[in-house]
Amino acid sequence: MNIVVVIKQTFDTEAKIVLKDGQIDPTGVSLVINPYDEFAIEEALRIQKKFGGEVTVVSCGGPRSQEAIRTALAMGCDKGVQIDETALESVDEYVRAEVLAKAISQMPYDIILGGRIAVDDGSSQVAVRLAEALNIPSVSSVIKLEIENNVATATREIDGGTEIIEVPLPAVITAQKGLNEPRYPTMPGIMKAKKKELKVINPADLGVSGISAKMKVQNYSLPTPRQGGKKITGEPAEAVRELARLLREEAKVL
Amino acid sequence: MYFDTNEDHIMMRKMVRDFAEAEVAPGAEERDEKEEFPLELWKKCGELGLTGIVFPEEYGGVGADYTSYAITIEELSRVDASLGVTISAHTSLGSNPIYKFGTEEQKQKYLVPLATGEKMAAFGLTESMAGSDASATRTTAVKDGNEYVINGSKIFITNGYYADTYIVTAQMDKSKGHRGIAAFIVEKGTPGFSFGKKEKKMGIRSSATYELVFEDVRVPAENLLGEEGQGFKIALTTLDYGRIGIAAQALGIAQGAFDQALKYAKERVQFGKPISQFQAIQFKLADMETQITAARLMVYKACELATAGKPVSQAAAMAKVFAAEVANYVTKEAVQIFGGYGYTREYPVERMMRDAKITEIYEGTSEIQRVVIANNILKD
Repeated sequence: MNIVVVIKQTFDTEAKIVLKDGQIDPTGVSLVINPYDEFAIEEALRIQKKFGGEVTVVSCGGPRSQEAIRTALAMGCDKGVQIDETALESVDEYVRAEVLAKAISQMPYDIILGGRIAVDDGSSQVAVRLAEALNIPSVSSVIKLEIENNVATATREIDGGTEIIEVPLPAVITAQKGLNEPRYPTMPGIMKAKKKELKVINPADLGVSGISAKMKVQNYSLPTPRQGGKKITGEPAEAVRELARLLREEAKVL
Repeated sequence: MYFDTNEDHIMMRKMVRDFAEAEVAPGAEERDEKEEFPLELWKKCGELGLTGIVFPEEYGGVGADYTSYAITIEELSRVDASLGVTISAHTSLGSNPIYKFGTEEQKQKYLVPLATGEKMAAFGLTESMAGSDASATRTTAVKDGNEYVINGSKIFITNGYYADTYIVTAQMDKSKGHRGIAAFIVEKGTPGFSFGKKEKKMGIRSSATYELVFEDVRVPAENLLGEEGQGFKIALTTLDYGRIGIAAQALGIAQGAFDQALKYAKERVQFGKPISQFQAIQFKLADMETQITAARLMVYKACELATAGKPVSQAAAMAKVFAAEVANYVTKEAVQIFGGYGYTREYPVERMMRDAKITEIYEGTSEIQRVVIANNILKD
């Protein structure tokens, strides 16, 4: 089974977001594999253990995204591919999906795994667009995955419950929290990772030159800082009256 | 020499830190309270490849450098110094003498399962009358046909009881003084080999510290490590490398206490503002960070020498004495920043301050480190 995992390098979830000249400032921020993509990597390695084959990890990003790919290789993936997005004129979900599709269509694949969302921009688009571009089915937010006779049975989270979907392979599956518990890279894994193949692809070599984003970010703003709580003092009867008034007039929840 | 870390080291540090914070830190307080040995965590360390970092792959190890090893001990000790010393004693004291002095057969039989974490190692040198003066060993070994017969006892043995493989020093010819000492590989379960008292300690309470008792313990002749009379040299060499582990442990304790103190100083409000805005606290934090940075450079320098196969005795002793004193200074200041809360067991700095003390004592007291350093600079 040839397994492809698409991953994204994101800010550490504990990183403090700072805006500089209207842009998000990455200076001094530690970068990690998007946590949902870690579930995808883990699932890929488990599928490989069961069916054999090769796990290729693909990421569209700048030079630092190689760190994320190396980490995936240290976890046990076999090969890495970085699509150098600094060579692209502009990038959005559409562009990423298109270049990923071009790159992946040139490699053998039976299943493509990714995270259900990236914790930075949270658009949940790339994996699904990738499936569209490759003209294969996709199942999102999967918490259980079984594969038999080239058919994937995926349990996915839906509002208020779960849904079980069968799709023929190849397909794109996106991982939701709960799918598995990602492993740590091991010490020998880290030592071996640097000897594994990590190919850097220029998007121009994929024949996608001239592609440009369909979306333009107008403006970034930080959320308004959380207000401190309000303490209502006084006699219980009076305090309850005041609370009801605030809930009705200020919070507007009654 | 840059005393620095590379990309592999950064990835290793992140891996060990993620593991330490997710799986080691949560139970550290309880294990300390109950003096409970971290056997489950030991097994996980083996699965992650943390039990044989510096040994070549052909002997079950990872084949990484000493800096990788120090980072591992540092990151484990940052949240739990007991687990830190368990791995350090296993690697540097129990396994390394087999790697450095063992025959090919001994390495295959004993080092491979130790490096993979399938088995645990310990080192029996100290005795009640032979502490800093390791040459005063009273445990004896007598050759009898194709066996050696060991009698005596060892105290304060880290990983005692839990370890499977023990390196034990014994006197074979008292008239030769320290040149009469030999080292042996003794397996747990050998008839006559038993465990005595378990020590109740001030700190690193979840690490195991036991007495080893030998009553006519017969070990096969092929379990002699090195040659007869070489035991004292084996012990000193082992300690030279072991000190890198303890220096890294001390560094980790200091870093852990500093991280806790820094976080607390930013959150704790007194006189209407976080205490980190008072210069009295700022100067403490500045001094702590400076000392930790200096200690780290010394530890990594000793690591680079060890990796390069150069003499480590002086650099390891300097790193160990310095990092141990930094750990004691930093943990004391961390408790001070926490004030009354720091003195309670509700916050980990109390445990860290107790844990720090041993780093000035074991694998050579700070006084012995100074003897080693002085001997090095005054020789010739």
